[in-house]
This record gives sequence, C-alpha cells and structure tokens, in this order.
Amino acid sequence: MTTRLPGWLNQKNSAPYLFVAPFFILFLSFWVYPVFYSLYLSIQRATGLGPMQFVGLDNYVRLIGDPRFLKSLANTSVFAFGSVLLQVPIGLALALAFNSTLTHRLRGFYRVAYFLPIITPGVVVGIMFSVIYEFDYGLLNQLVRSVGLDPIPWIRSPDYAMGSILLLGIWIWTGLKALYLLAGLQSIPKDYYESAVIDGASPSQQFLRITLPQLRPILMFVIIQTVIGSYALFDQVWVLTEGGPRDATLTMTMYLYEVGFQQFRLGYSAAIGYSIVFIVLGLTLVLLTAFKGLKDQA
Amino acid sequence: MRNRTNRAELVARVALNSLLLLLVVVWVIPYIFTLASSFKPQSEIFRLPIRLLPESTFTGNYEFLVTQYPYLRWYMNTILITAIQTTVSMFFCGIAGYAFAKYEFRFKKTLFMLVLISLMLPIQVLITPLFIQMARLQWLDTYRAVLIPFAVQPFFIFLMRQYMLSVPDDLLHSGRIDGCTELGIFVRIVAPIQRSAFAIVGILSFVGAWTSFLWPVIVLRSRDMYVLNVGIATMVGPYNVPYGAVLAASSLATIPIIVFFLLMQRNFIDGMTAGALKSA
Repeated sequence: MTTRLPGWLNQKNSAPYLFVAPFFILFLSFWVYPVFYSLYLSIQRATGLGPMQFVGLDNYVRLIGDPRFLKSLANTSVFAFGSVLLQVPIGLALALAFNSTLTHRLRGFYRVAYFLPIITPGVVVGIMFSVIYEFDYGLLNQLVRSVGLDPIPWIRSPDYAMGSILLLGIWIWTGLKALYLLAGLQSIPKDYYESAVIDGASPSQQFLRITLPQLRPILMFVIIQTVIGSYALFDQVWVLTEGGPRDATLTMTMYLYEVGFQQFRLGYSAAIGYSIVFIVLGLTLVLLTAFKGLKDQA
Repeated sequence: MRNRTNRAELVARVALNSLLLLLVVVWVIPYIFTLASSFKPQSEIFRLPIRLLPESTFTGNYEFLVTQYPYLRWYMNTILITAIQTTVSMFFCGIAGYAFAKYEFRFKKTLFMLVLISLMLPIQVLITPLFIQMARLQWLDTYRAVLIPFAVQPFFIFLMRQYMLSVPDDLLHSGRIDGCTELGIFVRIVAPIQRSAFAIVGILSFVGAWTSFLWPVIVLRSRDMYVLNVGIATMVGPYNVPYGAVLAASSLATIPIIVFFLLMQRNFIDGMTAGALKSA
C-alpha cells in the first residue's frame, strides 16, 4: 500500500481532515441530513414522490386519533416494559450463575449457547418460531399435549400472541443481557467482597449492599438498551405474525413500514418515525433521572 | 463439618449446572429442529407425533430451493454486501476514530457531539427520508442503496475513538521522527497495535450486515437483487408455503454466521461487552 500523499495533505494539521472526510461526508448525508429532512417531511402531506403540501402538525394530530397507531403504540410499549421486567432479572440470574465458582468450567460453553440467538438473522428466528408455535404440528404444542393439556393457540389467538412474542424476546435477548451484566459483575473489585465477609455480611447482604449498587451503571445501560431495542421490534414479528392476528402484534416499526412503504404515505410515516424518537428519548430521560435519584439516595 | 460443606457445594454445583444445561437445550433445540426438519419431506413435517430427527436424509427441499428460487444469487448478494460493508466500516471508522482520538481539528467537538447524539437515535426516523433520497439518486434496487447509507455508523466511530485514545503519543512522535507520513503512521503503527478494535468493529458490522432486514426490504425491489433475509421473508406468503424449502433456506443462511461466531468467539464476546462497558 502506498502511503505517499501530496505534501499539503501529509502534514499533521491537514491529515485529520482527510481522515475524517469519508466518515464526515457519509454521516452528514445519510444521518444528519435525514434527521432534519424527516422532521420537515413529518409536517407535509406527501404521497409517493409527488409534490408535497404543507399541513403543519396535522400528521401528528391524526396519529393521536388513529386507532391502529395507538394499538401499535400499546403493543410496543407492552413489549418494551415486559422485556425489561422479564429479560433483565433473568439475565441477571444467568449472569450471577455464570459468575459463580460453581459453573466456572462450563462458563464458556454457556455463554456461547445463550448467545446464539443474537447473531441469528431476525427473519430466520421468525421462521424457526413459526414452526415451534404452529398450532397443530408445532413442537411446543406437541410438548403441551404430551403433558395432557389442551394445545395453546400461541400466535393464532389475539389473546396469546403478544405473550408469545414476549417469550420469544426472552429467548433472543436474555443471553446478551446476561453477557453485559456478567461483564459488570466481573468489574467489581474482589476485595469489596473480601472485606464484607470479614465484617460478617451474609450473601444476600453482599448482593444488596455491594453487587446491586456496583452494577448500577451497567444495569442502567441494559435497561435503556432494552427499551430502545424494543421500540425497533420488526423482523421476527413480521415473519411470524405479520402483526396479526387482528393487529395484536402490530409494532410501531411495522406500522411505519406499512404506512410508508406499502401505502407510500411518506409524510405520515415520517411522523410515526418522529413519534418513536420522542417516546424513546422521553423514556431514556425518565430512566436516567430515576437512576440518578437512586444514586443520590444511596 | 468440612465434609458437609463439600457435599453441600457438590449438590449446589450439580443442581445449578443441570438447570443451566436444561436451559441450553431449550436455547439450542430451535436450531436443531430447523436443520433436522429441512431434511424432511413436507408430509413428514406435517405429521403427528413430531419427531426431532428425520426418518431418512431427504435433500429434496434443497434441490427445490436452488431450482425454484434464485437462492444462490441471494447468497452471493449477501456475501458481497456484507464483505464490502465490513471492510469499508473497519477502514473509515478506524481512521476517523483515530483522528478524533489523536488530532486537533476544527469542529472536532461539535462533530463528536453529533456522533454521541446519533448513538441515541432510533434509526426508524431515518428510514423514510433515506428512502426518498435513494429514489431521487435513482439508487433503489441497487447494492449501493443497501450499502452506503449505513457504511459508517456512529457507534463504530465512538468505539474506535475509545480504543484509539490508549495509543501512546510517543509512538506517533517517533513515527514522525522516522519520517513516516501521517497515513503511514496509521497503517503501519496504529492499526497493528489496535488489531482487536478492528476485529470488534469488523465482527459487529459483519453481523449487522448479514442480519439486517428492514432497510434492504425497503430498497430492494427485484427478486434477483434480494439479500438472503429479504428472499426468505418473501418465500413465506399466505398460501402454499414450501416449508421444507424455507427451513432449508434458513439453515443455509444461519450456518456461516454461527461458524464465524464459533471461530471468533472470544473477540465476539469482548466486542459485545466492550460496547456496553464503554457506554455505561
């Protein structure tokens, strides 16, 4: 590889501009510009690529009265809160198990096994679970029947579908949460525990007084990441239920896709995009404030 | 007394590991079932009671897949896009992250603030305007449309900068004294000692490109241009889904990334956790 460049580019003062340039051009064109363009779009009536018409906040006003949007908001929020309540505690339990000396020989093996779903394409996960959740010939109902129960309409009934998606979420993401929390556990200095043992602290006291407070920053990261990730839910559900039955699993991103890229109402879909931003940023701020409050108390 | 604690520890060890191994089975069975069922004829897939393993190795689904669908073309598209995206993001994000860490330049703080803000941005907000940009550029249904908008990602810049901060300044000075050019310093001195940072960004962008679906499904229109995920998703329609072939397609699409993961396990896991630790 030749590293000879014209002299003016090779000086310490000009080199950084050259180094940042490719990133800068792409970042400005495909991240920064669209963020503003999206805001502009969201106050237009735009169908397809035809002429646009300024409508002010009309798109947002219509969103508030759009039953399918509200349904998707409710579904996605249920998924987000359910995911935090399920994945984080289970992930923490797994992380504590992996960190325990009782499992140390198998730790590497466990981490690999629980991690597989993270690297599996969401579309493939959707396919795998459509075979597992299938009513008549699915693997799960075979198991249910074999213990003498009636088969469960996992994704066939609107009453069960969201629960099945939450279950799927546990399978996909808990391993990743466990990995993050394990890294957090391993960064707690060992001598904290040693001196606690000398002071006669019980394991549960050690957990409450040392582990949880020390884990606070990483726990905050994991919870915020779960919330943000949940509002992006799309691939798996798209393949598994297409948002059904009767919109029971319609997510916000799915509704955005439908409005924008099947109906080509681009102004309206931009408004859905921005409402996701407002919700996610709002929730992040609330969580950060809540965690800060906890810190001040401690 | 000592004997009793040993026994209690043994019981706890066996109980905990049994539970974890049982869960591993739950975690792994979907993969085994998918792969095994891809070797069953349709009549065997839909028959009760379900058996995990096929009665005999039936390869008809794979033949059907490659003759009835442009599956190999989808495979090539995916490999091509993933390879280019991974290479580009390693180099561009590496060198930009290095500049952010080790140089002073105008608007550096502002630009880095923008990067940090974009870390928190849900990408759904970008999808609609990017689609219009692609249409105006007449890039719809091309590789460029899939590749270029997400070639650099704020998170990779952030990660690279964090790693590059630890490169000692003395090393850069001695490179300059030895007459190295600025680009030469990056290529010959910085990149080799920060191999692990490049491995991490490479792995993350490889997985990101291989698994991505939302953006490709929006910009790719014709059957021959599909990537694997888009192609597989279109095989599943409301009527007459060729389940055997879909399972075969899913298995083939997943195997390379699992193999890659098993080979690069350590870097992988470090990469995922580095992201968390550096952000938290």
